[in-house]
Amino acid sequence: MNAKSNQNDRLWMYATMVKSRHFEACIKPAYFEGKTPVFNMAKGPLPGEMHLSDGQEPCAVGVCAHLRADDTVTATHRPHHVAIAKGVDLDAMTAEIFGKATGLSGGRGGHMHLFDAKVNFACSGIIAQGLGPAVGAALAAKMRGEDSVAIAYLGDGAANQGAFHEALNLAAVWNAPVVFVIEDNAYGISVAKKDCTAVARNADRAAAYAMPGHFVAGNDPDAVHAVAGEAIARARRGEGPSLIEIETCRLEGHFMGDAEGYRPPGEVDRLKALDPIPRYRERLLAEGFDAADLDAAEAESQRQVDAAFTAARAAALPDPSEVYDHVFA
Amino acid sequence: MSSPEAPTRKLTIARAMSEAIGQEMAADSAVMVMGEDIAKLGGVFGTTTGLLEKFGPERVRDTPISETGFIGAAVGLAGAGFRPVVELMFVDFFGVCMDAIYNLAAKQSYFSGGQVTCPMVLMTSVGGGYGDAGQHSQCLYATFGHLPGMKVVMPSNAHDAKGLMLAAIRDPNPVIFMFHKALQGMGWLGTVKRSITHVPDGDYTVPLDRAQIAREGRDLTIVSLGLGVHHALDAAETLAKSGIEAEVIDLVSIAPLDRATVRQSVGRTGRLLVVDDDYLSYGVGAEVIASVCEDGAISLKATPRRIAHPDVPIPFSPAMEHHVLPSAGKVLEAAQAMLEPAL
Repeated sequence: MNAKSNQNDRLWMYATMVKSRHFEACIKPAYFEGKTPVFNMAKGPLPGEMHLSDGQEPCAVGVCAHLRADDTVTATHRPHHVAIAKGVDLDAMTAEIFGKATGLSGGRGGHMHLFDAKVNFACSGIIAQGLGPAVGAALAAKMRGEDSVAIAYLGDGAANQGAFHEALNLAAVWNAPVVFVIEDNAYGISVAKKDCTAVARNADRAAAYAMPGHFVAGNDPDAVHAVAGEAIARARRGEGPSLIEIETCRLEGHFMGDAEGYRPPGEVDRLKALDPIPRYRERLLAEGFDAADLDAAEAESQRQVDAAFTAARAAALPDPSEVYDHVFA
Repeated sequence: MSSPEAPTRKLTIARAMSEAIGQEMAADSAVMVMGEDIAKLGGVFGTTTGLLEKFGPERVRDTPISETGFIGAAVGLAGAGFRPVVELMFVDFFGVCMDAIYNLAAKQSYFSGGQVTCPMVLMTSVGGGYGDAGQHSQCLYATFGHLPGMKVVMPSNAHDAKGLMLAAIRDPNPVIFMFHKALQGMGWLGTVKRSITHVPDGDYTVPLDRAQIAREGRDLTIVSLGLGVHHALDAAETLAKSGIEAEVIDLVSIAPLDRATVRQSVGRTGRLLVVDDDYLSYGVGAEVIASVCEDGAISLKATPRRIAHPDVPIPFSPAMEHHVLPSAGKVLEAAQAMLEPAL
């Protein structure tokens, strides 16, 4: 990647992180509508569990900056930042989260089941479920002689699932063009990674499957961008899978309404002081980006999200009789 | 289903399945096969014999013993335009990979609002009777039939095996293709001879959602599937000697269940006996009987009965296993009891 396109990527990464953060900022008040003063998950315009991605944006943008529409991404139950970075239709995604007829799947899936076939994006609610499908999508590209790749996102908790180990072995045996991306936010719901994971670094587990393993420290979009670029280029060249572990953080609870009593005192404040988005803005300004350009990118990101929320709220609920559609193709 | 060749080309279900897969692989480059021991070995149950030699290791892939991994990968391949035919060697192994089947494959179409399809076939062996105990002998029809988003079929003979396999591969949905070990025609497993039938060498399909009348009769309807169809036919032959004509319905499809064909038959005979070798409770028999009882227009001449494996794990010792498995004798006995006033 030449310097100019890298600078374009950096502006895009900044704008996309801002878009994702603003998206979650719009979710928050909408989610609590009808859920105060007594929290009842079934109430309000956004019922059900809600997993926000605040803090994890560098994992999304640093990887997806290298992707095309024909590359496949499978994401997790915490999918908004990755979906936005992959280019999922923002209006249809927002409407899906509101359970509206205009949603990606007409309200059948909701926030944990976002599918956008146009950009080959899917996510799911079961830990490590998306890894096998990513290996399959990668094998499909390889068998067709195409240079598209697949990215499987997972959390640090998913690295302890059998499905993770089966998928890595299969990817290595098939030399499939797939990159496994661990967003290490240090928690599986309430259980700290250090209390449930036998290795300090999940990237070390790549050695068990004869593939490169990279650890990216600091929740830094540029660092993720550099490592992911190398792994994705390697996959496109037909040299096989890689594992990337990104040190990131969860600025919110596991789900909205999580009292977070399992966190050490002061942890969230310490993490917020290291928020990757303002840090990245400072770095870009220090390295010569024009503040007006960053402001314009921020404003445009926020405008798109605001428009998506306005449209989603105005959209019609699905006709309940359509519940029977699409069980079968 | 007419065919120019002599009607004596008899095949086993195993040969019929591998022939169907091979013909569809030749016709459609998107079709591929994956599973444990399906390439060099040709499948433990002969479902893929000769395919590696014909189509090579790219399209005929031996996988690691890693069912969650390769069934999940099949979903990814199916979403990307391939038509994977995947083998889960024994249906009993669903315990290590059910998430990839019922939470993933079966919900791709629904959760994507129809954007993503999952055209894959999961073929899997069912059934006991040969002393393999309760982790290699189960049927689990009801387990799979209960979960929405999958079609579930099982042939009782080689003709239907080929036609169902061709239909299953061409279907845009996940199809669980069960095959019964007692009918498979492997040299090392006993085989019911009636399952070895004439199989046209050309292209034909058997519908995935239709029951078939395996034998016509007026006095009693016996509904079954797979091996149970042969138990029912054996019993019907014995009943015929005393002038009783039993109608035998081969369900063929567990999901969707062809309730109309069953209701139509029981509407004529007034008597319903259901036979299957899955666990009794919440099973195929219960669903079929409920389907008839819910139809207020059917008047029954006898209380419906069901024969199934009792709610115990399948035991090893032949003395115990054959005590609990359905048989032609048990079908005959139940049928005679239902017909007693008529006999």
